[in-house]
Amino acid sequence: MRQVLAGERRALARVISLVENGEPEGHEALRLLYPRTGRAHSVGLTGASGSGKSTLAGALAREFRRRERSVGIVAVDPSSPFTRGALLGDRIRMQELTSDPEVFLRSMATRGSLGGLAGSTAQVVAVLDAAGKDVVLIETVGAGQDEVEVAGAAETTVVVNTPGTGDDVQALKAGILEIADILVVNKADQPGADALAQQLQALVSRAGDERGVPVLKTVASSGEGVPELVDAIDEHRRYLPQSGQLERHRLAQARHQVLALARHELLASVLQATEENGQLDELVGAVARRDLDPYSAARRLIESAGGRPGHGARAAP
Amino acid sequence: MTSERKIRLLIAKPGLDGHDRGAKIVARALRDAGMEVIYTGIRQTPEMIAEAALQEDVDAVGLSILSGAHMELFPRVVKQLKARGVDDVLLFAGGIIPDEDMPALREMGFRAIFRPGASTGEIIDFVRQNVPAARSGGPPSPGARS
Repeated sequence: MRQVLAGERRALARVISLVENGEPEGHEALRLLYPRTGRAHSVGLTGASGSGKSTLAGALAREFRRRERSVGIVAVDPSSPFTRGALLGDRIRMQELTSDPEVFLRSMATRGSLGGLAGSTAQVVAVLDAAGKDVVLIETVGAGQDEVEVAGAAETTVVVNTPGTGDDVQALKAGILEIADILVVNKADQPGADALAQQLQALVSRAGDERGVPVLKTVASSGEGVPELVDAIDEHRRYLPQSGQLERHRLAQARHQVLALARHELLASVLQATEENGQLDELVGAVARRDLDPYSAARRLIESAGGRPGHGARAAP
Repeated sequence: MTSERKIRLLIAKPGLDGHDRGAKIVARALRDAGMEVIYTGIRQTPEMIAEAALQEDVDAVGLSILSGAHMELFPRVVKQLKARGVDDVLLFAGGIIPDEDMPALREMGFRAIFRPGASTGEIIDFVRQNVPAARSGGPPSPGARS
């Protein structure tokens, strides 16, 4: 633990693996490290595939480094739901950062998690925080409503958009505007960038928050607009405690993390118990044959694993 | 939380060799076999490869090279890995490597070299069979290609 707190990279990498794999030593490590967290500024970067998030994350990291802040990056890519494998290619976009000892980049696969983050991403962020990183960037898969997930793991959520994708209406998806602390129009050198920025600006102005959500234009590949984005990220952090939102935000984050982990553990224990007695296969077969409805099957599954189903219609006898 | 240990690998192309079709095919095949593959791309220095292997805490490192510079680059990669205390990864390589260099590479720690003609199935089997042994310091299983 001492090594991790001192920022020693091999120990850090090992502890992250223990946490990621859900090992008991990982739980123990987090128990010991958690009181040391809360110092790092966690910044979530989300947006559609192809919006340039990885490139932007790299550019942000470089700018933070220029301002002498140490950086942790957690880059999440999807696991195949069929093969359970993953190709983690975010490192490719952040080449030069590999030689900077103050930057620690960890690629993670979602491993079945549907929310754009891996189940253990928040805990890995905590480890990097405890290890002394000033900023931890969380770069997510970002498709559909997944963006909401990252808000539970990050203090500042940056939503990245790009012009010319043909669906400016994307930004209107439920959740995106509500979770964005900062909106970015990346690839701003392409046609339609100004129009998109204006549309986003108009939408957030109506959202009713006194501070307003800044809309920034960047060209991640050239670094244009990136210093201003870092300024906005820093400004958001300063604003949080001033507005009294920090406390609320931390509570929301903690709640989100605890529930997410509890959900995972509960499901895992139910699956484990029912795998052993073959109950799951029996119930699944019954549902497929229309001998049993899915609600009743789910209730029986929970009961057979020793749990108590929640409120709802009573199970069929 | 139930333990879910997955095989994590690094596939890298050291040096100036820009032909990455083979490396990508292998990377995708390993992914389709259920592994998590960190592909670093081309033009990697030995330092970058070792640093990535360290941070990502991979179980195995596969180097792809077609340029003939393996005898210069591979020892430097091994040296950089050792310098970072990364001494328990399964090392393997693929590409254009002549017969006479094979013993030296084995000596350096490369447990298998996959040359043109090797199937992705062989690579997948090799990794699956040898990864746990490498992490605990055991010998390679029989059938590791040389």
